[in-house]
Amino acid sequence: MALQSLDITRRSATTTPSPSQRKTQEVAKLIDISKCIGCKACQVACMEWNDTRDAVGSNHGVYDNPMDLTENSWTVMRYAEVELEQGKLEWLIRKDGCMHCTEPGCLKACPAPGAVVQYSNGIVDFHEENCIGCGYCITGCPFNIPRLSKKDSKVYKCTLCSDRVAVGQEPACAKTCPTGAIVFGIKEAMLHHAEGRVADLKNRGFAKAGIYDPQGVGGTHVIYVLPHADRPEIYCGLPRNPSIGPMVELWKGAAKPLASFGLAMVVAASFFHYVTKGPSEVSPEIEKEFEDEK
Amino acid sequence: MTNHWVDIKNANVIIIMGGNAAEAHPCGFKWVTEAKAHNNAKLVVIDPRFTRSAAVADLYTPLRTGTDIAFLGGVINYLLSHDKIQHEYVKAYSNAPFIVAEGYRFDSGLFSGYDEATRKYDKATWAYEIGPDGYATVDETLQHPRCVLQLLKTHYSRYTPDVVSNICGTPKDAFLKVCEIIATTSVPDRTLTFMYALGWTQHSVGSQMIRTAAMVQLLLGNVGMAGGGVNALRGHSNIQGLTDLGLLSNLLPGYLTLPGEKETDFQGYIGKRALKPLRPGQMSYWQNYGKFHVSLLKSWFGNAATKENNWCFDWLPKLDKVYDVLQVFELMHQGKLNGYFCQGFNPLASIPHKAKLIGAMAKLKYMVVIDPLATETSCFWENHGEYNDVDPSKIQTEVIRLPSTCFAEENGSLTNSGRWLQWHYKGAEPPGEAKPDADIVAGIFLKLRELYQKEGGAFPDPILNLTWDYKTPHAPAPEELAMEYNGKALADLIDPKDPTKVVMKKGQQLDGFAQLRDDGSTACGCWLYSGAWTEKGNMMARRDNSDPSGLGNTLNWAFAWPANRRVLYNRASCDPSGKPWDPKRQLIGWDGSKWSGADIPDFKPDVPPGDSMGPFIMQPEGVGRLFALDKMAEGPFPEHYEPFETPIDTNPLHPKVISNPAARVFKGDLEAFGKSKEYPYAATTYRLTEHFHFWTKHTRLASILQPEQFVEVSEELAKEKGIKDGDKVKVWSSRGFIKAVAVVTKRIRPLQVNGRTVHHVGIPIHWGFKGVAKSGYLANILTPFVGDANTQTPEFKSFLVNIEKA
Repeated sequence: MALQSLDITRRSATTTPSPSQRKTQEVAKLIDISKCIGCKACQVACMEWNDTRDAVGSNHGVYDNPMDLTENSWTVMRYAEVELEQGKLEWLIRKDGCMHCTEPGCLKACPAPGAVVQYSNGIVDFHEENCIGCGYCITGCPFNIPRLSKKDSKVYKCTLCSDRVAVGQEPACAKTCPTGAIVFGIKEAMLHHAEGRVADLKNRGFAKAGIYDPQGVGGTHVIYVLPHADRPEIYCGLPRNPSIGPMVELWKGAAKPLASFGLAMVVAASFFHYVTKGPSEVSPEIEKEFEDEK
Repeated sequence: MTNHWVDIKNANVIIIMGGNAAEAHPCGFKWVTEAKAHNNAKLVVIDPRFTRSAAVADLYTPLRTGTDIAFLGGVINYLLSHDKIQHEYVKAYSNAPFIVAEGYRFDSGLFSGYDEATRKYDKATWAYEIGPDGYATVDETLQHPRCVLQLLKTHYSRYTPDVVSNICGTPKDAFLKVCEIIATTSVPDRTLTFMYALGWTQHSVGSQMIRTAAMVQLLLGNVGMAGGGVNALRGHSNIQGLTDLGLLSNLLPGYLTLPGEKETDFQGYIGKRALKPLRPGQMSYWQNYGKFHVSLLKSWFGNAATKENNWCFDWLPKLDKVYDVLQVFELMHQGKLNGYFCQGFNPLASIPHKAKLIGAMAKLKYMVVIDPLATETSCFWENHGEYNDVDPSKIQTEVIRLPSTCFAEENGSLTNSGRWLQWHYKGAEPPGEAKPDADIVAGIFLKLRELYQKEGGAFPDPILNLTWDYKTPHAPAPEELAMEYNGKALADLIDPKDPTKVVMKKGQQLDGFAQLRDDGSTACGCWLYSGAWTEKGNMMARRDNSDPSGLGNTLNWAFAWPANRRVLYNRASCDPSGKPWDPKRQLIGWDGSKWSGADIPDFKPDVPPGDSMGPFIMQPEGVGRLFALDKMAEGPFPEHYEPFETPIDTNPLHPKVISNPAARVFKGDLEAFGKSKEYPYAATTYRLTEHFHFWTKHTRLASILQPEQFVEVSEELAKEKGIKDGDKVKVWSSRGFIKAVAVVTKRIRPLQVNGRTVHHVGIPIHWGFKGVAKSGYLANILTPFVGDANTQTPEFKSFLVNIEKA
């Protein structure tokens, strides 16, 4: 949202070049799993800052709540009880949310011009006013993050508090984290901090401690310190080698001419839809048309 | 806390036991992560459950609920038998060399002096041997068979690793590993901190659990040290303030005590509390009791309090017994109370045995509830189906609800666990008709006074003469109350050393409690808080966080009682000759003429090193007590007693004395306690990080995070009972049942105890029949109506239940 258009380096479904007069520094949010106590204060801070509220749900036999990311919960804590060695239980708690990939699958997959943007500081943001609700970003995301709202057929996810970052503040979750498990800053500094944490963990017997900054998506702007970096999947299914899915690659590669045509159709249809019916829904026809073109 | 939150960062070893700091105190827990990240500290968590604190610990080990004394007694035995104590400290700063009176015994679970009929001890033999000079006798060689160290060794020699493991269910190797880590801090330059909370206080032996930890710390030389101490993590943001201001039924402000019914003589009352030194040259600071007490009565009764009438001592109530919450609800249940004022308190949720409470409240004529929320207590008469199945037509109690503000809607101070009084400012206007508590109480008082003025009555004096000189009588300002607690001079105070010098002019705010007098020339509402609002202004509002020593003491941030001191007993951070045990963490030092340094010295400032004065200045003997004399109800050494509802039906140490022999049990309750045959599982109640007691279920955000009541069981018990994750289960004790969702977890493990397998059932407390979270059962439907023998804090942490799929 609130970073300036001057800072946009990439825009979904757009062929005109981005502004390049100035460059901001790359930022990152570091989540240190070894300091996280799973208090969910980050979930509350996220809902408060973004003024979103999920419904009061139910208990499903676990600590996780809400059970999954939603259009209102852009971050959730995920809890896993893991016994890597006999008798040595670990309760692995991971804050899940958008990773802000350097090569964002969502942006590549998005057919709606300007619905997904990437800023030069690395934040990947959704501009919901341009979103047509097709859900392609969901397919394109290797981390299964964006969520489609049934209410307005728009897709939502963590913005890394781009509005706060734009005015020199850290994301709300980092601000509220009581133990310093979430820290935010220039990516280089965060990697340096992470290296110190990894050294500490190795001293405490976590021989395979390491940093999660997966290169399959060009690195991310949310990075983890993992006590067991050799097995990211034990942290509630953190992908070992995330990459952009074949469908999106197809969309961007061989099918591109078709895709561009499809895109044009979508835009036209969206506009037609907008002037005739208003902005709130995406009709099945448009969806179908788009699918057919592809 | 003997120390304070920030000081946790100075620790080398952190033990979380009897608490769950990461979940219940997540903001304070940041200092644990600091200690780990910057002081290479080791974190050890000992708890029946693998908690969120355990999730970030270096070592976790389970123990059965209610067996902490057995565990820590085993630690004491390990430290003594492996010679891992700080010898010089123990000899100079504890009562290890003191000789205990002849006649003191411990045999088969009972100390000398027990009377089974009254369940009370005659504590005459729990004393030092007094020499012809009137002082306690000591043996500096520590060899005398009746010296405290030798008695301590004998007492805890029974607590071998095998015995510990057998009682606690802790694997022996894990127990020994913990002992090794603890023992590393017996050297002068390493410290350990204990962080505990309700996991220790809420047992029938809760006070003794805390004492055992304090004894471990004395043996290790960790009391008075930066990064050491015994640190109570208080719950409500101002519960420390509540106890400081004497809101317990037997206390007056500043831990002064109400007289007993036999204490009708003022001088006798003061004399019993103004303790004379038990060793030569000791400060025995309570000798000043009279100054604190007279200043308190002057603050309350002003000119009506005179030397001739003993400062209105006769107007104070004289206790026939302690009126703690259990006692009060017992009396209510017997129909002996007509009315009940309930301020900032939700007893229906917070006191054990809900069925008994409902019966008790229904016998009242009226109940007044002062609270920001519509609490369960204020709605006890409403039918909420299975969650509160009462018949309103049969309840005649008139309930009056007076909405009050919450802390963010008023100015004031909150006292945190580290004894810091921090001033805060009103952030929002209260909604609707809500008023500050002080205004509500003022309104009630003024009306009462008017009635007494009009009608007289049997004993109107204390009401009619109570000082009430607030600018707006029906709305005393927090600032005025704070100044009243600090105290002021009622006449010009003359320097006792120099009669030409005036220390304080009449009407001035005092600098601190050292200026208090017992001749009626000072008034002080709470001696411990004196210094918080001086002539310099509101010291609680100070916000300078500069920290020249790097130890985190920030002496210009807020105000810490007593006297702005941050680490209690800090004279003990130096050896008797004044040399710091650890120069890297030097709290105070002798500069040639006085003590000073990174903290306010907890000592007479001009007494030089090498003097006989001991560092524990509140004690008449000047040293820390390994042997508690007559201060505890159930014995001078902590002993393991089983919870009143024990899953093993015996006490492996002494089968004839199973549970705390000195705990008060009301008629009818003892017989009703559950037995393991019908209720085979050890249950424990606790809090979750997502909620605060029974308040936050009234807020949407917290309710989103933990919407619905659940209980936790091990995979093994779940399998036995055919329970799966997310199933609805019924849990019942001899007092009632609840239904909740099952969370089946590896974090609770069956423990092998005394030849049996003991399963735990974990019961978070946060749900009830009011609020925006899903309705649930008050967890205290299940809990037993018995408390700690000293504090009467209910045994919420250990009782018996059964469970089945609902």
